[in-house]
Parts: sequence; C-alpha cells; structure tokens
Amino acid sequence: MRRLTWFNATSLTLGLAFLYLPMLILIIYSFNASRLVTVWAGFSTQWYGTLFSNQGFIDAAKVTLKVAVASSSVATVLGTMAALVLVRMGRFPGRTLFSGMIYAPLVMPEVITGLSLLLLFIGIGLDRGIFTIILAHTTFSMAFVAVVVSSRLMTFDRSLEEAALDLGASPFDAFRLVTLPIIAPAVISGWLLAFTLSLDDLVIASFTAGPSATTLPIKIWSAVRLGVSPEINALSTIMIGIVAVGVIGASLVTKRAALRREAEERAAVQG
Amino acid sequence: MGRFFLIALPFAWLLALFLVPFLIVLKISLSDIALAIPPYTPTLDLTEGWAGIRAFLSQLDFENFTFLTQDDLYWKAYLSSLQIALIATVLTLLVGYPIAYGMANAPDHWRPTLMMLVILPFWTSFLIRVYSWMGILSTEGYLNQLLLWLGVISTPLTVLNTPTAVYIGIVYTYLPFMILPIYSALERMDASLLEAAEDLGCSRLTAFWLVTVPLSKNGIIAGCFLVFIPVIGEFVIPSLLGGSRTLMIGKVLWEEFFNNRDWPVASAVAVILLLILIVPIVLFQINQQKQREAEE
Repeated sequence: MRRLTWFNATSLTLGLAFLYLPMLILIIYSFNASRLVTVWAGFSTQWYGTLFSNQGFIDAAKVTLKVAVASSSVATVLGTMAALVLVRMGRFPGRTLFSGMIYAPLVMPEVITGLSLLLLFIGIGLDRGIFTIILAHTTFSMAFVAVVVSSRLMTFDRSLEEAALDLGASPFDAFRLVTLPIIAPAVISGWLLAFTLSLDDLVIASFTAGPSATTLPIKIWSAVRLGVSPEINALSTIMIGIVAVGVIGASLVTKRAALRREAEERAAVQG
Repeated sequence: MGRFFLIALPFAWLLALFLVPFLIVLKISLSDIALAIPPYTPTLDLTEGWAGIRAFLSQLDFENFTFLTQDDLYWKAYLSSLQIALIATVLTLLVGYPIAYGMANAPDHWRPTLMMLVILPFWTSFLIRVYSWMGILSTEGYLNQLLLWLGVISTPLTVLNTPTAVYIGIVYTYLPFMILPIYSALERMDASLLEAAEDLGCSRLTAFWLVTVPLSKNGIIAGCFLVFIPVIGEFVIPSLLGGSRTLMIGKVLWEEFFNNRDWPVASAVAVILLLILIVPIVLFQINQQKQREAEE
C-alpha cells in the first residue's frame, strides 16, 4: 500500500496548496502599500494602522468577544448537562424529543435558526442586542458541546464513579472529584468549539442583533459585500494568526501532557 | 431532585429557544402580511378567551404556500439549491478523495501533522475563507493576472459572480468534512487485501476500484452527506461569490426577510426548506445507524 508514492505526494502537495494558498495570498496582500488590492506597490503596515484607529471595528471586536465568552461558557454547562442526560439518565418522559432537539441544531440551516429566534424575540418583546445574540449562540453551540462530551462519556469507566459513591461521596462530589477531571479534556474542547462557532457566526447574529450591537462578522460582511478591502485583509491576517497560534499551541500542550503522563506511568510501574 | 434539575434545565432551554421558535415560524407561515407591527396578521389575542383563539385559527391559511408554488422564483431556487449542492458534493469528493488517500498512505509520523493541517482551516473564520477567493477570482484578480502573465489567456476570464465561483467556494470550505471521514475509513483498511488482489492478477487500478473504493464506501457516504446537507441552505458563499445570477434558497429567504420584509413568505420558505432537508437527514441517520451496528 505504500506504493504510488508519487501520486500520494502530488495529491497531498496540491491539496495542501489549495487549502493554504488563498489564506497566504490574503496575508501577503495585507502588507500591500496600494489601496488597489490586486496591484502590489511595496511593503507597508499602514492598513493595520487604519484598522486600529477605526473605532467601529474595535467596538465590534469587543462585542464579539463578550458574546463568545458568555455564550460558550453557558453552552458548555448546558451541553455537559445534556450529555449526562443523554448517556446516563436512561428513560424519562420526552427523551426522544430531548435527543431530537440536541441533534437538530447540528444540521439546521443557519438562516432558519436565525429567523426562528428573531421571530421569538420579537414575539415576546425582547429588545435585540448583546443579550439576544448570547441566547441564540448558546442554543446552537450547546448541541456541539453535548455531542463532544457525550462521545467521551460513552467510553468512560463507570466503576470509578461507583467506587467513589461506595466510599461515601455524594453524587455531586463523585461527579466533581472523579467524573469531571476525567472528561475535562472533552469539556474544554467543547468550550473551544462553542467559542469558535460564536466568533465565526454571521447569519444567526445578523438576525438576532439589534442596531445597538454589531459583531465583527457583521462588520466584515458589510465591508466585503462592496469588494476586497485592504483593512479587511489586515483584520483577516490578525484573526488567522490568532487561530494558528491557538491551535498549534493547544496541540503542543496536549502532546507534552501525553508525554509526561507516559513518563509518570513508566516511573510508577518501575517505582 | 438532582436528577430532575439535571434534565429540566437543558430541556426547558431547548423547548423555549429551539422548539417554540419553530412553532412560531410555522404559525407565521400561515398568516398574512400586514402593514403593522409586527408585520403580519392575525395576532393571537388571549384576552378574549376561546372566541379569540377560534377567530385566530380561522384566519390561518395556506395562502403563502400556494404563492410559493405559483411564483417560479421559489421552486427554481429550491431546485437550483439542490442541483448546486449535488454537483458541489461530487466535486468535493473528487478533490477530497485523493487527499484522504494520500494522508492514509503517508508515513506514520507524518499523519498527526497532516491531520492538523487539514483541520486548521476549519477553525479559522468561514467568512474570511470565502472572502479570500474574491481577490483571487475577480476580473483583475490574482488568477487572471497569473494566467495573463503565463500567456494562457489574452482577455481576463469572468469567474467571480458565476456558479463556478460558488463551486470553488463550496469545495474549499467544506473539504475537511469530506476528507476526515474518508481518511478514517481508509486508515482502518487492511493493506494485505490489496496485495492479495494483486497476487490474484488484478492491476493496481482494478484493485483500487474493486478493493479500496468499496472498503471506503462508508467514509464516502458520510462525507457526501456532511457536505450536501449544509450546502442546501448555504447563504454566505452564494452571496459573496455567486452574484445576482446564482439562485439559492438560503439567499432568497434572507432577501425575503431583510429586503422585502415579507415575514409570512420568509417563514413559508423556511418551512418548505426544512421539509426538503428531512429526507437527506433521515437517510444519513439510517446510514450511520447501520454502520454502528456493523461495527458491533
């Protein structure tokens, strides 16, 4: 199976070039001196300057971060609870409806989720703003958290928890001291996923945001509909940079943790 | 007590913010547009008791749905969304399969890095990834500059604001969803099966068709559904890359709501879109279920 290597090498090279070239071009041209985005006129960082002096973008970035932190945190709590219900609670009235509502947001077109939440907020007379975006993001991202956490819970060894209960721990203490530390990596990746989904969302935020709260994707959207702009290139470069550092950093940390655990296990066996 | 609280909290949240909003959409899709706030009629008046509810129900009708079948904009948009999603899924498969194949056959110590390189774009902003193609595909864009410089073409090609640009955008953004399931199917494949096929006289290509492709079937099916289902309701890609000539239902719904302010028709569009989506979603669930049972 390790033959056809020229074919494999070509398809991997072309595939990765396809995935990364567009972003690379964006990054290079964010340092272009010319306002005509497609004509190279020398190196300059002026678009980063105009970006940071644009109060509209800074305010939108603040709103986006607030929404992302709040919605992903609430979604992590609710999504973890939902995962426990799905994996641990067995039968209860309405279980089918419950699991249906957990999985449905994963495949729901964003235009429908956005429209339905907007109609709800208007129906109950809730003023649209940061709060309504947080409610909307929490609802669709808790489904993603629930899926990530429940797949970890399914492979979880329940006897550990039963041992804690036998030794006199209350159910809540058993969860806090035994279950939670073991499923923590899944909970953290659920939080990260919810956070990224919230940062990224244009459609649902457009429906549920009022005039008082504009998120970064909404701001980017209204700028790029008119065409390519150098400020947006600069902003994109910053966002790509943050994600790259975050993802590579996280993978290095998990790798190191795995190595340390292996070393500790070896030491324990020998000790 | 703890058990009740654990179930009740997420359940109540989902009922209030997921199920109830859908019932509202359904209700408004049966209402009529009106010059009022909110811009539809009838509105439910509970102060009149049963008489109010009866008067409310009697005013609901399927007029918006009849309207959707009469104006050919809507059914054309549904058909064109399905067609674009189908073609784009096939294209994504054709681009994604060789990459997944290359990953599965790469040396072991490369695989985690390759995996990370395929997932990394998924974490970066979807909007920015779609936007990055605007500069490449426009008339004076980088692609035309390159082709003109190479002498392949003498006049710039028009790619941006055509269906071609939409296909490129979809393949680009949905590629990880196709690669990952196929990769995990190929990775589990037993290499000795291919050797056996070749020992029995198969050419490499025949062995690929008769052994590798059938064994990665589950990955292919999962990848195709993961691309096809969300693309049907896609809004950002047709709006940024497709121009006014590309008709997709997600865009129609958006414009109906934000530009025409016709909430009842927008709601009816959403209800039909949901009904169309139920078919592939159920097929996907059945396929996943079968796969799980086969693995046990």
